[in-house]
Amino acid sequence: MTTVAPTTLPAPSRTGVTNKTGGTGSVTWMALPAVFFFIAFGVIPLIGVLALSFTQWDGIGDIHWAGLDSWRTTLNNPGLPHALKVTFEIMILSWAVQTPISILLGVFLASHERYRGVLAVLYFIPVLLSSAAIAVAFKALLDPNFGLGTGLHLDFLNQDWLGKDKLALGVVVFIVSWQFIPFHSLIYQGAVRQLPRSMYEAAEIDGAGRVRQFWSITLPQLKYTIVASSTLMLVGSLTFFDIIFVLTAGGPGDATRTLALDMYKTGFQANLMGPASAIAFILVFVGLALALLLRRIGGGGLADSQMEGA
Amino acid sequence: MTTSRRTFLRIAAGAGAAAGLAACGGTSGPKSSGSGGASGGSAKGGATYWYLTGAPGEGIRTNTVKRFNDANPKTPIKGTTFQNDAYKTKIKTAIGAGQGPTIIWGWGGGGLKSYVDANQVEDLTGWFGENAAVKDRLFPGSFGAATVDGKIYALPAETVQPIVMFYNKTNFEKIKADIPQTWEDMMALVPKFNKAGIAPFSLGGQSRWTNMMWLEFLFDRIGGPEVFQAVFDGEKDAWSNPASIKALTEIQKLIKAGGFIKGFSSITADSNADQALLFTGKAAMMLHGTWTYGSMSSDGGDFVSGGHLGYSNFPPVAGGTGDPSNTVGNPGQYYSISSKATAAEKDVAKNFFKTAVSSDAESKEWVAAGAIPIVNGSDSLLTGQKDEDWLKFVYGVASGAKTFAQSWDQALSPTAAEVLLDNIAKLFQLSISPQQYADNMNKVIGT
Repeated sequence: MTTVAPTTLPAPSRTGVTNKTGGTGSVTWMALPAVFFFIAFGVIPLIGVLALSFTQWDGIGDIHWAGLDSWRTTLNNPGLPHALKVTFEIMILSWAVQTPISILLGVFLASHERYRGVLAVLYFIPVLLSSAAIAVAFKALLDPNFGLGTGLHLDFLNQDWLGKDKLALGVVVFIVSWQFIPFHSLIYQGAVRQLPRSMYEAAEIDGAGRVRQFWSITLPQLKYTIVASSTLMLVGSLTFFDIIFVLTAGGPGDATRTLALDMYKTGFQANLMGPASAIAFILVFVGLALALLLRRIGGGGLADSQMEGA
Repeated sequence: MTTSRRTFLRIAAGAGAAAGLAACGGTSGPKSSGSGGASGGSAKGGATYWYLTGAPGEGIRTNTVKRFNDANPKTPIKGTTFQNDAYKTKIKTAIGAGQGPTIIWGWGGGGLKSYVDANQVEDLTGWFGENAAVKDRLFPGSFGAATVDGKIYALPAETVQPIVMFYNKTNFEKIKADIPQTWEDMMALVPKFNKAGIAPFSLGGQSRWTNMMWLEFLFDRIGGPEVFQAVFDGEKDAWSNPASIKALTEIQKLIKAGGFIKGFSSITADSNADQALLFTGKAAMMLHGTWTYGSMSSDGGDFVSGGHLGYSNFPPVAGGTGDPSNTVGNPGQYYSISSKATAAEKDVAKNFFKTAVSSDAESKEWVAAGAIPIVNGSDSLLTGQKDEDWLKFVYGVASGAKTFAQSWDQALSPTAAEVLLDNIAKLFQLSISPQQYADNMNKVIGT
């Protein structure tokens, strides 16, 4: 992947674009609705949260200025590093589980046989369900006394699934993966279908088998898809809330209390809006840092072509 | 969620991302009942009232509103109902955003105090002075949790709900044991039941407040109500009291001995799975609120009607100083009036309090549902009822208690309650020792 492919397309000139669409003047105004919504629902609340983090507020009374108190409480709270640790554990584990399975399923579903099309539709069902409904359903299935194990008379399924620290974390990762693998499979399916047939034909002539083709052609060609899907998984996992809230409510103890849950519990159950806003801001910061880091790793350089050798 | 768009925007502007998540938090949206339209904020000529769903309470509350509206067609009350856990968050955010109802349904204690501190609820002391008849009708003990700094901010209402010990008599016959009379008896039963393949105690441990009920009783039986009172009063290091440490050690002893059903930390109380364990015979005993009687009789087949359910107050602990007649639980439910309501709305609410709440008709409905209304002399209604023995037992526990303590998480401020429940969960996971529990909790005394 080191050779630089020649850029064959000349950059379209602005006048060319406007002439073709038949309009006149600049098209930047088209971005205005998006910018408006981003400012109204992204930037302004964020500023509000930042301001709140310097105050003391119980959610119902008056808001008092409190300087750095909330930040001091939040940063000194041993719950914060713990919540960060849990958040990253869930993030990394669910990424490590989802990525390989999604790629394999995506490649499998990319072929055009009819039965695979039927399977693709079935696989996609979890994406259509609401997270809360999934969590409620799994909670009922995992009940140690009246759950799946009892129903099927399989005693090994009657574990204390949500009551043991590590087990509960594993269950969360499993359910999150169950829910999101279909979505990422779909992304990979689309990406694999974009790959030119000619590459595989050339490989076949060279004598490469299916496995070799997968490692040498499919996987390298999916690089940008992997980066995009991973970004969605990692940044998205920062905001996992509904599933965990319904499933374990952060328990047992604080074993599955992620940053998002910690923020909710601090703000809405313990009535400490100041520290909760501080946690929210940390959450935003971590998310931004992560997204930027992934962009850098992904090396979004436009000069790289995915089509080299094609 | 069916949160109205305007409410949502208001919250979003206030707390940003955090509030967005709150909207996903509830498991069910509000339902409108009674007369009028669907909007949450105001009612023309009348007042608004938010209360809880769930049988039998929901139906009885709705009937009370209906009776009031039939008698006062010009000033109707518009009721909106919410599921219990969703309501706890919803009411706080709504009051904070100035979108709350005229009549606020609540649990009194620490939650009420936070409304009082924020000047959100009306002081009713003067009103009770003018309407002494209203006050004199109700259990005097129910006013404690309605009182903040000597002033009354809520009308005690509905039913008294002590926490009691339930037994599955069939399981006791199976191992040929008697109903335990002391804590030591109970501990001795643990290995016997386990040997017979029956869990000694059912517990919905994931709900956390279920674990808390055990500590409330052990603290009381070992050291008397003074031990928790000291915490409530904000005394320094109150959790390190020797009685407190002993109670915490006893509960961990019971957990280590396998006293609670396997997987109790995965079981929630709101699904009623803990009750199901008792009436299906998987567990022998359960410590729970008297409100579970109704659902056990409706869901448990012939468990209740066939006389297989036994009950008693929590037994005494050897060497303990607490009075064995003491109990804990909900001394009542609490209706407050929003101080932000208009004068007309407040008048409607006060009229509702005076003429409709805890009326004889409502009391009869509560008794028929197996609950004791907090009205003096309600014992006269019990005779001849289907569940007469049970009702007389609950009435006896509630009226005979030397101290009727309010549940800890309701008595404390929401901030302290959250830390409390968190640490109780860890204590039951055996991930912290009694000493660590005391240290963690001492830090939040007085907050």
